[in-house]
Amino acid sequence: MNKVKKMFSANIRELSLVIVMIAIAVFVQYRSGGNFLTVENISDMLAETAVLAICAVGMMFVIVTGGIDLSIGAIMALGAMAGCTVLKNNQSMPIIAVIGIAMAVGFVCGIFNGVLVSKLKILPIIATLGTMNIYRGITYLVANGSWIKQQEMGAKFLSLATGKVLGINNLIIIAVIVYIIAGFFMTKTRTGRKIYAVGNSEESARVSGIKTDNTLIMVYTLLGVIAGLAGTLYVCKYGVAQGETCTGYEMNVIAACVLGGVSINGGTGRVPGVLLGAILLGILNNAMPLIHVSSFWQEAIRGLIILLSIIANSLIQRNVEMKALRRRNI
Amino acid sequence: MAVKEIVRQAVSADGTRTIAAQRDFSWKRFILQWEWMLVLMLVIVNIFNISASPNYANAKNILNASRDFLDKAIVVFPMAFVLMLGEIDISVASIMALSATVMGIVYQAGCSMAVAIAAALLTGVICGFINGILLVKFPELSSMIVTLATQIIFRGIASIILETKSVGGFPAWFTQVAAGKFGGMIPYVLVFAVLEALFFAYLLHCTKFGRRCYAMGNSVTVAKYSGVKTDRIKVIVYTMTGLFSALAAVYLASKMSSVRPDVAKGYELDIIAMAVLGGVSTSGGKGRILGASLAILVIGYLRYGLGLINASSQIIMIVVGALLIIAVAIPSFRTSIGNANWFKKLKAMGQKK
Repeated sequence: MNKVKKMFSANIRELSLVIVMIAIAVFVQYRSGGNFLTVENISDMLAETAVLAICAVGMMFVIVTGGIDLSIGAIMALGAMAGCTVLKNNQSMPIIAVIGIAMAVGFVCGIFNGVLVSKLKILPIIATLGTMNIYRGITYLVANGSWIKQQEMGAKFLSLATGKVLGINNLIIIAVIVYIIAGFFMTKTRTGRKIYAVGNSEESARVSGIKTDNTLIMVYTLLGVIAGLAGTLYVCKYGVAQGETCTGYEMNVIAACVLGGVSINGGTGRVPGVLLGAILLGILNNAMPLIHVSSFWQEAIRGLIILLSIIANSLIQRNVEMKALRRRNI
Repeated sequence: MAVKEIVRQAVSADGTRTIAAQRDFSWKRFILQWEWMLVLMLVIVNIFNISASPNYANAKNILNASRDFLDKAIVVFPMAFVLMLGEIDISVASIMALSATVMGIVYQAGCSMAVAIAAALLTGVICGFINGILLVKFPELSSMIVTLATQIIFRGIASIILETKSVGGFPAWFTQVAAGKFGGMIPYVLVFAVLEALFFAYLLHCTKFGRRCYAMGNSVTVAKYSGVKTDRIKVIVYTMTGLFSALAAVYLASKMSSVRPDVAKGYELDIIAMAVLGGVSTSGGKGRILGASLAILVIGYLRYGLGLINASSQIIMIVVGALLIIAVAIPSFRTSIGNANWFKKLKAMGQKK
């Protein structure tokens, strides 16, 4: 019994998210007359959420170190734009090369962010605010005011987002692979644990022999690479690459992380939580049109649910801490 | 030369102790102010602008150009206060959109323009107050997250109210708010912005309230234990930000002579960038109104100048982003060189000789 209790309180954040998700799912299922919990709709929804979920895991690395990256949307756009521009002129290119180009661009952007934050000691929010403008500007220059349309990308490339393996959409499979690697990385490897150490206290991490600068650079670089991948998938899914791709996407990604229990102050956050946070946002996006919420109401409702769930989360957390304190006093 | 610090202590009759500290004037400190850097940037920008267009260098034109960036400038000063506390407010642009929207529908409902403006200001105050109260009631949530959520909510409410419609047809005098000029030269709003800057400079540098803001920015806990009502100050600062966002919204509506729920999108990052370029630290406790004012002029006229030479907006984005990074990197570059081992050795060697 005690063990169950312990497990319950250790996973309280994730559990509260699951409860919210179930509540929403039941409500929507009831209101939509059974159109929500069908295999088809759920797989659609997960495919929609996959890109956001992949980005969220990259953002989690950064936020766990106590940083933030506002440039993720711009890196996605720049990576995807670079990949697609090459693809446009060279139709026979394999998909993996397009993704590779995007990831390489993301790698460079990420390293630049990392150096600014770690070596030049610029606050992450400011550094990435600046690079966001720079990367977005470069994206516009690369795009040169035109769009890269579906026809120019070729059917082979687009099949990446529509294709299925064993009846499961490719995007979902890629997201699952990313999450398995990330989960292993964060909990089982030494480097992953270093990220938490840096996030809890950079000073103590440095004193205990962690090269904090390198960890920070690595984290931003990882985010860049993941953003490159996600950007390509995003473009592939929506079939158009343009300068404005993913504008404002960073806020969605940060929201997913925060819903998933990643603390902006650094040091806390778990991969399963982030996944749940991303899926919760996905459910909201998918469910509201299903129950005929007017599109004008959707944004406000989404914001309200984000606000309520972070408030609920912190109330639960307070309750847990209070109980722990009481136990200790006795 | 060592800087003398004079600390005066006095014990009054009722046992309360006052401590006054005074520092000697030091040329080194005076020269090494960030504001000089901004002045230099402003000079460079203006030289660039003059060389870009011969028509630039006349007072009327320069004053008129300020109308382009005044909508952001109005919010920069209260934002500087928010950053000074070590907090952030990314909902300002959404507050602008919501206040403008409310003003539009109140006017459309047949009320007079004055009532509509009052409604807009009230909306701003309420929005800011909500932000402040949320942060005070849930101190464990970071302001980034709370205002991220309210940003979505406020803009969402604006789009519920107006959907995709826009409201226009304001009375003629209202368009004069943005277009009107004193003596055909100085835009009304420029005067307002200057007065606002003076007011905020007084508030920050000469009042107890301002000193308390600095104290909170350095350490909320210390400020709290020294008797500063930290919660109240936080709510006041956020409410103030809401109010001035609404004022900026009124100006924006007057400038565009119509209101849409998607106005001012993305302004929050520009506003924060202006404050940060002005030397206001986002980790709190640092910054001056003079710096923020200069930074507004630097970014504002840089944009204007790049527009003069027909630079595309993408170039402007890159330049502003790079400027922001360089501006923030220079001071930290200096300290990181100062802390580097080779520099210390070099310094020690120099002192030995």
